[in-house]
Amino acid sequence: MVVKGLGELERSIMDILWAETNPLTAREVGRLIADRDLAPTTVMTVLDRLTRKGFLKRTRDGRAWRYEPAESRDAYIAELMLEALDLTGDRSAALTRFAQAVSGTEAEILRRALTELEDE
Amino acid sequence: MITAALLAALATACALGAWRFTTARWTSRAPRVAIILWQSLGVAWGLATTGAMLAYAVQPYGAGVLAGLHAFANGETPREPWDLMHVLAMIAGLTALTVLVVVLLTAGVQALRARRRHRLLLALISHDDPGVPGVRVLDHPSAAAYCVPGLRSQVVVSEGTIRLLSQDELHAVLAHEAAHVRERHDLVLLPFAALRRALPWSKVVRDAQDQVELLVEMAADDRARRYCSPRRLATALLRFGTAGAMPTPHGMIGLHARAHTVMARVDRLVKPGPELSRRIRYGSIALSVTLLTATPFLWVIQL
Repeated sequence: MVVKGLGELERSIMDILWAETNPLTAREVGRLIADRDLAPTTVMTVLDRLTRKGFLKRTRDGRAWRYEPAESRDAYIAELMLEALDLTGDRSAALTRFAQAVSGTEAEILRRALTELEDE
Repeated sequence: MITAALLAALATACALGAWRFTTARWTSRAPRVAIILWQSLGVAWGLATTGAMLAYAVQPYGAGVLAGLHAFANGETPREPWDLMHVLAMIAGLTALTVLVVVLLTAGVQALRARRRHRLLLALISHDDPGVPGVRVLDHPSAAAYCVPGLRSQVVVSEGTIRLLSQDELHAVLAHEAAHVRERHDLVLLPFAALRRALPWSKVVRDAQDQVELLVEMAADDRARRYCSPRRLATALLRFGTAGAMPTPHGMIGLHARAHTVMARVDRLVKPGPELSRRIRYGSIALSVTLLTATPFLWVIQL
């Protein structure tokens, strides 16, 4: 995995930490990144940035910090999907959506319309 | 006194007009004209309601609303002494104006914050798909297609969407989202969402928001159909509607679309209605312009 740019680096580091079951130190993260030319301080900076944004949690381990994701990848995806489908209940105008699913019996009306349109 | 009475009449007319307008049938034939009329009604209603109270309040100065407020802010002594009614009107007017402004600003800030977090997360967990260039893809089996508006808007679809739709339908959905981006529909929706939060018990406000949301979708459908098959856009809509809702952590608290709003969009894509008559089209635009000029005018002059 060749890493480019800070955003790309943040992604790779999150991916590494999501794949691990235990919290890792900056040195361990650095070892798992394919790009060997990366300065250790760069890894530290990115870990720090991600912690400040709230995506990582860190705990003291002797003289080093150990980092782990604040939430699982699936939890974040679920958060985005709930917003995307306007299911958070606050109905803000933060996003514009294509369409939403219709529940239960009402969906039957749409199913019939779909069959008709496909048959024509 | 005349200014205050005129503004009060205008505020009432706007409220009644909005109430009547929620059931108008022509709107789906010209969604953009209807959106402009809704916006003008909203702005005029806000300015007229607060203006009526303030016009009455600054009457002792014998000047217009703006001039009167300016004099009041500078601590000038009015020509006639204050009485209880004028003081109460001043408190009510200033409170209402502040609430409207604060609610709008809060809604704006909240939307910006929600988008910022959404964007940060997208950068970490969405991926590219060579099949849909320029679109972020989320690893989730449910169907979702949406846009995160902003200076650099992002269109996002879920894996579920790519699996659900045919190539042509996906193309149609992306054209629809591109229309939202281009016409900045988020800015149209924002004040109505804000007003809904400020007046959650008002049925007219709720209906207005529902209407504007639907009209914005119709406007995006209209732009999209220039670049894709309207029929494919219609089948994409129906597939989305029947795809099955995503369960939420708190049960089904989400606001689900009603079948009739989806069908309203499908019907006009498949069988476009006749063009809106010129009388209604130009009449609405003239009404919007009048509303948007009359209220600020009444704030400035003294009758």
